[in-house]
Amino acid sequence: MQTATKSPLEDLDTEMRAEIRHCLDKWKEKDGNLIMILHEIQNRHGYVPRGASLFLAQETGVAVARIYEVLTFYHYFRLVPPGKHNLTVCNGTACYLKGSGRVLGELERRLGISEGKTTSDRLFHLETVRCIGYCAMAPAMVVDGKAMGKLTTDDVASVVEKIRKREEGESNGQSRN
Amino acid sequence: MAVEVPFGSSILDAARAVQVDIPTLCKHKDLLPTAACGLCIVKVGGSRKMPRACATEIEDGMEIVTHDAELTEIRKATIELILSNHPNACLTCGRNGDCELQTIAGNFGIRQDVIPRYVRDLEPDCSTGSIIMDFTKCIKCGRCVQVCQEMQNVWALSFLERGINNRMAPAGDISLSESPCVRCGQCSAHCPTGAIVENDETTTVWEALRDSSKYCVVQVAPSVRVALGEAFGYPPGTDLTGKIYSVLRRLGFKAVFDTTFAADLTILEEAAEFVDRFASGKGELPLITSCCPAWVDYMEKRFADFIPNFSTAKSPQQMLGVMAKTYFASESGIDPATIYQVSIMPCTAKKYELERSEEMYASGHKDVDVALTTREFARMIKQSGIAFRDLPEGKSDSILGTYSGAGVLFGNTGGVMEAALRTAYFMVSGKNLEKEAINIMPVRGLDGIKSAALDVQGTEVRVAVAHGLGNVERLLLTVRQARRNGEPPPYHFIEVMACPGGCIGGGGQPYGVCDELRRQRMKGIVDSDLGMALRFSHENPEIKKIYSDFLGEPLGEKAHQLLHTRYKDRPAYQR
Ligand code: SF4
Ligand code: SF4
Ligand code: FES
Repeated sequence: MQTATKSPLEDLDTEMRAEIRHCLDKWKEKDGNLIMILHEIQNRHGYVPRGASLFLAQETGVAVARIYEVLTFYHYFRLVPPGKHNLTVCNGTACYLKGSGRVLGELERRLGISEGKTTSDRLFHLETVRCIGYCAMAPAMVVDGKAMGKLTTDDVASVVEKIRKREEGESNGQSRN
Repeated sequence: MAVEVPFGSSILDAARAVQVDIPTLCKHKDLLPTAACGLCIVKVGGSRKMPRACATEIEDGMEIVTHDAELTEIRKATIELILSNHPNACLTCGRNGDCELQTIAGNFGIRQDVIPRYVRDLEPDCSTGSIIMDFTKCIKCGRCVQVCQEMQNVWALSFLERGINNRMAPAGDISLSESPCVRCGQCSAHCPTGAIVENDETTTVWEALRDSSKYCVVQVAPSVRVALGEAFGYPPGTDLTGKIYSVLRRLGFKAVFDTTFAADLTILEEAAEFVDRFASGKGELPLITSCCPAWVDYMEKRFADFIPNFSTAKSPQQMLGVMAKTYFASESGIDPATIYQVSIMPCTAKKYELERSEEMYASGHKDVDVALTTREFARMIKQSGIAFRDLPEGKSDSILGTYSGAGVLFGNTGGVMEAALRTAYFMVSGKNLEKEAINIMPVRGLDGIKSAALDVQGTEVRVAVAHGLGNVERLLLTVRQARRNGEPPPYHFIEVMACPGGCIGGGGQPYGVCDELRRQRMKGIVDSDLGMALRFSHENPEIKKIYSDFLGEPLGEKAHQLLHTRYKDRPAYQR
């Protein structure tokens, strides 16, 4: 049971280190700076890489455990790279009443993941939000920033399959080059 | 009923002062209230609000109802709610018969599942080999997180996510063994349920005992003797050394050793190291004790710059292990390869120590094969069908079994320091401390950091003792600071024990730990020392014999090869 002696930080690139040091300088004097720094990291990378958290802990003396408490408390933060395509199902009252449950269920089945997760090929990220103001078109969802309404389970299935086809075509195209 | 309590007391404490027991699940005497469970609600005056007694300060003139039909109904409903998220697995749980949740459900006469059960599907974390965390049994009281973060300052555990997904786990998707966890087991000693338990290895030991090709030997640590009795209805602190020897023989161990003998051995090596550094200037000061494996792990992960200060002497467990498989084996003509050694320890981290580094195989074999905690030992005795309370007093084996009162003190915080000073004084001055000076009072007791200055032949020796890892940082930072400023060290000798109270408060001891209990166990240890004619490690006749027959001199070549170890800088996180 002898434990390893190599630190996971040895692999962290200098760019990330510089970036975090920069953030630290910037937010040094401000209250709530931990959250602001994490925000900035997420904005840049789309998520908060583990190495960034470990390095931040080392530089600030804040425990990694505390950083993760913050990261997992707010839905906003992500710990894994986001999916290439974001599917956001509206769960507002109107959508809920008009069957957003069925929409979400169909997506979960097709993608094999639950809400809040990313598929293992990183192609899709699935989440829910409170209300997107598309109530007249309920049930609605947002696909890569574009809202779609009056969804049936068939609509949902075809959205997913279309993206899959397109991606396959692209990667085949790439391999031919 | 009128009650008068000190200012700032909680309603809960006030009720306890007049023998009223308000039910609780999340509040622990060692810890601040988390007010998570809601069982301790009471009524105040005519108000409809029901504050939580654990987290509400009592005020002058408050009228409090602690028990009535409505409160009982609400409490019952709360318990039913908790049970609806808890697996129905009492019969196969490590806490069966000794669980706070089970007890409270029993007391409230819960007889059926009223709310449909929903238990999350999560794998237990068995990665450390010392403790097992089964998140499905967690009731989210928050004790373990407070223990790990505040009391121990380790920060291996955190409160992740919120709502229904809330869980206690290391930061990120990593196992406990990849986290800063030092395996102290304090989380398991404070958890009210079976969510965190010791890794039970009693089956392994039974198998070894039944295997006729193995020569099973055993050692028992000082602090076990004053705590084991709690599992058999004795008051805490009762010294049961004689009965423990008897029961170990009855269980089938062919030789019964006492870790306390090896505590004396540790003292000879460590005191010699201290004198070398202090009087002859060979090596860094302060010298820091290293017999607590959770502390060693913590130091390697957090304070690696103190490696040169660490005593290289192994812990008593490991010293006894290697002596049994070398000296004892050759003296009694037994092939060391057939010796199977079990140790009975107050500690979950001792399980880790067995394989900590290659020096733990100094005999050419694994020096100690398996370490059982006091709780596992009690379980074995109960399984065996031996009526423990009725046993006659037994004896240990004379070789590796005789010990001094100084060795027994290892069980208490400050004890290693006291024992080492008694012997170091002798090594420097050639004479023993005067009778009145043998008891070194300033290093005793439950203060988190204790310090003392002693006069050794006209020279001042400054010592400090810390227990509970949460107290260590403060102490070591003063040393670091002095080092940076090029000042002389504030202390010459430092003792650290990871668990509050020292080994008597170890993470593997019987449940229910709190300061009252720690004091009682500590008294058992101190009384045992006081009751002995032999109060100095260096006067232990067996220790003298083992040096003259086998080891040579303290810190000599053979001693170094068998009784010392090395340390490494280790990352807190492996991922
Ligand atoms: S064993 Fe000690 S260090 Fe490890 S999680 Fe429990 S309290 Fe923390
Ligand atoms: S694991 Fe135990 S101590 Fe920790 S929160 Fe859950 S029930 Fe409480
Ligand atoms: S004991 Fe007060 S809320 Fe749990």
